[in-house]
Amino acid sequence: MYKKQIYRSWFTMPAFIIYFLLFIIPVIFGIGYSLTNWNAMSSEIKFVGLRNYLEIFNPDNAYLLAIKNTLVFTVYASVGKIVVGLALALFFNRKFRTQNLMRGVYFMPYAISSLIIGMIFTSILAPDGILNEGLRAIGLDAITKSWLTNRSTVLGAVIAVEIWKSIGLNMVIFLAGLQMIDKEYYEAAQLDGANAMAQFRYITWPFLRPSITTNVILNIIHGLKVFDIVMALTNGGPGNTTQVISTFVFKTYGMGAYGLSNALSTFISILTMLIALAALKLIAPKEA
Amino acid sequence: MLTMAQKRKRNAILSAVIGWILSLIILVPFAVIVVNSFKTTRDSAMMNLEWPRDGWVLSNYAEVLDGGQIVRSFFNSLLIASGCVLVCMVVTAMAMFVIRRRKSKLHRVIFYMFFAGLIAPVNYITALQILKALHLNGTYFGTILTYAALGIPFAAFMYYNFIGTIPTEIDESAIIDGTNISQLFFQVIFPLLKPVTVTVATLTFISAWNDFVSPLYLLNSSSKWTMVLMVYNYWGVMQQEWGKICAVIVLTLIPILIVYIAMQKHIIAGMTSGAVKG
Repeated sequence: MYKKQIYRSWFTMPAFIIYFLLFIIPVIFGIGYSLTNWNAMSSEIKFVGLRNYLEIFNPDNAYLLAIKNTLVFTVYASVGKIVVGLALALFFNRKFRTQNLMRGVYFMPYAISSLIIGMIFTSILAPDGILNEGLRAIGLDAITKSWLTNRSTVLGAVIAVEIWKSIGLNMVIFLAGLQMIDKEYYEAAQLDGANAMAQFRYITWPFLRPSITTNVILNIIHGLKVFDIVMALTNGGPGNTTQVISTFVFKTYGMGAYGLSNALSTFISILTMLIALAALKLIAPKEA
Repeated sequence: MLTMAQKRKRNAILSAVIGWILSLIILVPFAVIVVNSFKTTRDSAMMNLEWPRDGWVLSNYAEVLDGGQIVRSFFNSLLIASGCVLVCMVVTAMAMFVIRRRKSKLHRVIFYMFFAGLIAPVNYITALQILKALHLNGTYFGTILTYAALGIPFAAFMYYNFIGTIPTEIDESAIIDGTNISQLFFQVIFPLLKPVTVTVATLTFISAWNDFVSPLYLLNSSSKWTMVLMVYNYWGVMQQEWGKICAVIVLTLIPILIVYIAMQKHIIAGMTSGAVKG
């Protein structure tokens, strides 16, 4: 009674209304529209059941490829970011000069739009770009490629750029975990004669578990939503080799196939929710 | 034989050297952009780090700044990102204050709804329909509200944790002094939330500034385009003129890098606060 009089419910209303109108309602309407033939050609909107979803899963279309690409991208990019991010965090978890400045450099790509990073890398990865120039300079002419137009390297190149952008973020999250560890544990372990491997296994690793959970979840969510970096680097090409779900949401929207676009958008929401929750269940540390 | 202290010092120097060499992977791409923004079209066609044959030039900057579109898009970005931060911080802090203090079922439902937004992506197509119905499509205000909605989940999460650390005795003594909730919140509580507000505001500002998807769907008139959308447009128009594209990229990066350098501590604090709990 007392709480109700002080903490008035209307205080939650502005946030609730904005969020409900522009986030929740669009998602719900999206589900509704995904069951219709809504398109730019006709003003009539008809219920078509699951036809748009059948369209997505029709092997004649490229949507299945986009789903596969999204999953491949998410898995490889997440693993890459975590491995490199952890290595960097272990490296930074000691004292040396210019450390803070250096950390700022590694984290910097996080502050920059993925679109612009994608644009920068179209030049780096071009046939005459600085990457191939560098490879030639050290005598590795044989592996120079047109990274973004070669069908066998293009998805890998997109994943590599994504990893480049996010290693700093993963590093910073791992570092926060590492810095919680009291140095005395290591000293005690050294006295007991534990080697570096044993110290990592029994001291560092348990403390890292929560930050691994965070990174895995963040990377998965981010990976499944990927859009900007693909738009800038390849626009889904060559052919449809790097098309992902979000680029098809945009493409089908551009073609005026709004029902289909909403079906793709709904599909990616459900997929993200399911995978994120499953990952959380699987890897989150069990409450003691 | 080196002593322990000498060994440690040697290792520290070695670490610094290795770290800086590896950081070239991050720095070189930026260096390529900056260097080529000062080269003529002929020189920048190669996009390398070589000394320009035609000498260093400012003409790319002069040309892309001509016409004022870049400057205009800078102010569009500034208006939209700041507006989003302002709306998002105030409304979310208000809501989370009550939600955290009340702890009723209904309030918990609202909290979980906000929380779901951390995971699920927004549907821009139908969001645009809502904005049209409200006659807000293509306006600054509509875009600001959309961004605010996108920012609410993260802000809610951060405020929820932080407000829990503020003792309720503060509320009680203020209530006894006869203040109502608005006075209590805006005069007493909101100032106490400053550390988390700074962090969340910085992160929200950066993601709003960098966002490419929302304006792509929501802003059809080029006079309201943000910097990121402007760069994308230039990129399409000036396909082979890398010098000019680089100049536009540099101009777009300057404001956000200033924010990044000034606020780096708060950004890292924000990014890591969730990590420890997992």
